[in-house]
Amino acid sequence: MPLWLELVIRVGGVLVAFLTLPLLVGQAEHKVMAHMQGRLGPMYAGAFHGWAQLIADGVKFVQKEDVTPAEADRAVFRLAPAVALVPYLLVLLVIPLGPGDLVGQPLDIGLFFVLAVVGVGVVAVLMSAWASANKYSLLGGLRGAAQLLGYELPLVLAAASVAMAAGTLSLPGIVEAWQPWWLLWQAPAMVIFFVAGLAEIRRPPFDMPIADSELVFGYLTEYTGLRFAFFLLAEYVGIVVIAALTTVLFLGGWHGPFADAQLGWLWTLLKVFAVSFLVIWLRVAFPRLREDQLQRLCWLVLVPAALAQLVLTAAVRVAL
Amino acid sequence: MSDRSERSEAGGGTGERGVPGAGLVKGLAVTLKTMTRRSTTQQYPDVAPELPPRSRGVIALLEENCTVCMLCARECPDWCIYIDSHKEEVAVPGAARPRQRNVLDRFDIDFSLCMYCGICVEVCPFDALYWSPEFEYAEYDIKDLLHDKDHLGKWMGTVPPPPAHDPSGEPAKEETAAARKAAVPAAPVDRPAAPAVRPEPGAGA
Repeated sequence: MPLWLELVIRVGGVLVAFLTLPLLVGQAEHKVMAHMQGRLGPMYAGAFHGWAQLIADGVKFVQKEDVTPAEADRAVFRLAPAVALVPYLLVLLVIPLGPGDLVGQPLDIGLFFVLAVVGVGVVAVLMSAWASANKYSLLGGLRGAAQLLGYELPLVLAAASVAMAAGTLSLPGIVEAWQPWWLLWQAPAMVIFFVAGLAEIRRPPFDMPIADSELVFGYLTEYTGLRFAFFLLAEYVGIVVIAALTTVLFLGGWHGPFADAQLGWLWTLLKVFAVSFLVIWLRVAFPRLREDQLQRLCWLVLVPAALAQLVLTAAVRVAL
Repeated sequence: MSDRSERSEAGGGTGERGVPGAGLVKGLAVTLKTMTRRSTTQQYPDVAPELPPRSRGVIALLEENCTVCMLCARECPDWCIYIDSHKEEVAVPGAARPRQRNVLDRFDIDFSLCMYCGICVEVCPFDALYWSPEFEYAEYDIKDLLHDKDHLGKWMGTVPPPPAHDPSGEPAKEETAAARKAAVPAAPVDRPAAPAVRPEPGAGA
């Protein structure tokens, strides 16, 4: 197979995943949240239980006027949605779907790359917040910056723990080295990573930067039409990315009950959807954390726990 | 994870809650349980709602029962009932003189004014007015909410049969009154006692 063809197939595959998985998660959120609240959710779009609701939403967003406030910093304002969206696309490139070569781009420093690129999200938040020239946007953006910078630390520490355990930074390598008893050994790191990941993608109960009951819509207040849709899409790609990372790092990726070599991709996808369901479930069940509770959870609970996990990982690693 | 967050919230608490994080688990359990149950949503335009028989949807008129006594129009708090009538003589063979009877010319209810208090239905001595659960009579123009007697009569078809009497409820007034009248001998004994009580407030004033 010529190189360019392989490249096209891999990039095309990642692009397809980038465009379909968030829609699936978004539709699942519509329906799961509705049923958890005793409602039905969308029922009309697409005739059967509203399966086409998100497509209809997309069509609606495209038709809407794209407003840029007069006082806004136009260039930055217009660029921010892309900055929010692209990092997640890049992350999907290195997440292994199955054993062997079933990954967009095998990268030896995959974990490092992922953490670095996910960290770009804070730039998009600050760009949109500052460029909007709106006090709600600015407040939301500053909250977002404080939250994202704070939760970056436990996220990285928890990921470092599993990287230490596996002895590699390559994501396929970590899955390769993973063994079921790690579920117990790395359990605190998994919980820390998941919670910090939720905060990184600003999902409820960590949606303080958006906080629609007090900040209108935080840093998204001034966005309309397609640019707003891009931010929303970024949120759902974020769910997929965090679920996929949790799967790959802590839940054993393509390891399943049987036929890992053939059905690895299926196990990975199932785990990703299970974790995504958990993300939605937490959103429905828990109220938003207050700003001080948010920071307290990060600095007084997650960071010390992550450090303790590092010590534990190191100790077990040395003892083995 | 978040159980720790709650512990930090309850930090220095009295410990009235047992296990830290129990509340969080309970919240998750409630949402999950709700998800497995059928939702309570009524698919209204597709599926007609099941309204209780005494729903106050619209007032229907049974024209034959109306004697043009005007009680409903007079009791109506916002004067939304308009009644016109004329008298007609009915010659009864063998009678000394012709009878007179009222003929209803117009019976309009303006549902843009009606506040659905139901006083007209309650006050009607001849059961000419009924509540119907029918509620889909919205109009684009407020003037079109004035419905005449033919339109009100059409709603009679939607009036449900009265609900069965609640066996554990108190008996109907008619029944108790009939029972009291049947026990006539007891009544005169009670009657003298009533005036004896009444003078008291008068004496106080």
